[in-house]
Amino acid sequence: MTTGLPVSTILLITGFALALIGIWGMLTHRNILRIIIGFAVMDTGLHLVMVATGYITAGTAPILDAALSQADAPHRAIDPIPSALVVTAIVIGLSVTAVMLAYAIRLYAAKKTLSIDAFTESKW
Amino acid sequence: MMRHILVAILVLLFGLIFARMVGGYVELDALRPLALDYVTRAPVELGTPNIITGILITYRGFDTLGEVAVLFMVAASVGLLLKKDDDKASVAKVSSDKVAGEKTVAAKPVLARTEAARAAAARAAAAKANASARAVTPSATAMKSVKVAESSVDDDEAAPQRQPSEIVRTGTEVLLPLIFTFGAYVIVNGHLSAGGGFQGGAIVASGVMLMLLSRPGMKLNVALLSIVESFAGVFYVCLGILGLVLAGGFLDPRFLPIGTLGAFISAGAIPIISALLGIKVGAELSVIIDRFRS
Repeated sequence: MTTGLPVSTILLITGFALALIGIWGMLTHRNILRIIIGFAVMDTGLHLVMVATGYITAGTAPILDAALSQADAPHRAIDPIPSALVVTAIVIGLSVTAVMLAYAIRLYAAKKTLSIDAFTESKW
Repeated sequence: MMRHILVAILVLLFGLIFARMVGGYVELDALRPLALDYVTRAPVELGTPNIITGILITYRGFDTLGEVAVLFMVAASVGLLLKKDDDKASVAKVSSDKVAGEKTVAAKPVLARTEAARAAAARAAAAKANASARAVTPSATAMKSVKVAESSVDDDEAAPQRQPSEIVRTGTEVLLPLIFTFGAYVIVNGHLSAGGGFQGGAIVASGVMLMLLSRPGMKLNVALLSIVESFAGVFYVCLGILGLVLAGGFLDPRFLPIGTLGAFISAGAIPIISALLGIKVGAELSVIIDRFRS
């Protein structure tokens, strides 16, 4: 089945939609765990967007093997730079999520609740 | 309600920006100049068929080193954050025991429970304590404190005691060697095909996660893992310096022979760096998982 849209555009729309859902979730929910989940969803959406920008029409993975010869690679391989950047971005996203979860555990230990409304000390 | 409207407007504005970006985006039909450079040079210069690995470990190797440093920092900071939490929990537990200790009737079952460490026994003892407390009709505050102590003890004790099911335990025995083997394969195959240190390290850590799920009482040797991880990091930097001395620059893997394209032992020092990265990431993620377990 073929749609009129190119693959990378579909991927961009999906990624941006996930990012919007994540932003909505982060800003409307009051439970800290849900805010962290919202961040993770937004993060994933932006990774999809980054990968999508590297796609080249009818391209394939930039790995040389029987299917992609060295002479063929410059014409048929996709842009490897966004993919390499996304590997870094995923690891950094994981790191940020881990630190946020550790803080969530600390906050729960302090107030016995995960509602962000209970933490009024730093409110302005 | 007001906040929801504001958020809706904000999300709508973001949506407009994103829609503009999607609308203005034209799918590439040729590589950008930098990418073209990498795709043509990586197989010739580095001898790695997987161009992404070449970029990650050599051309952008310094970024990867920084990324590993971030991961190390996260493991350290998660440990710091959750360590104090541990102390506090034990303090809270001691104080709750003390509160319960004020009522001698209730104190005995609570202490017995911590020793016996069995969920069923705990529930029976709690019921007994409750009944005896009610029998002597204590003041409302004492009653409350006993109940608070009970619930907190129940929370602390009940969770780690639940044994994993037969399926999880047997499945772990079967799957664990496979998962670790697959992780090692992904790590050492990173310069030839899809894979690499980060991906393989994550697979190894998922195996560790499964192991901890199937044996809740197991203690992970965090000190050993920290040492392994630190040495992997030190060797990584040493390889970088070797590249600086023997080849073109910091983290240049060409001080070892490049070999033939596609062979297992090829691509200079890239497989070694990849293996070190895998060990480091696997150890770090395992330590993070273990820290969250408490």
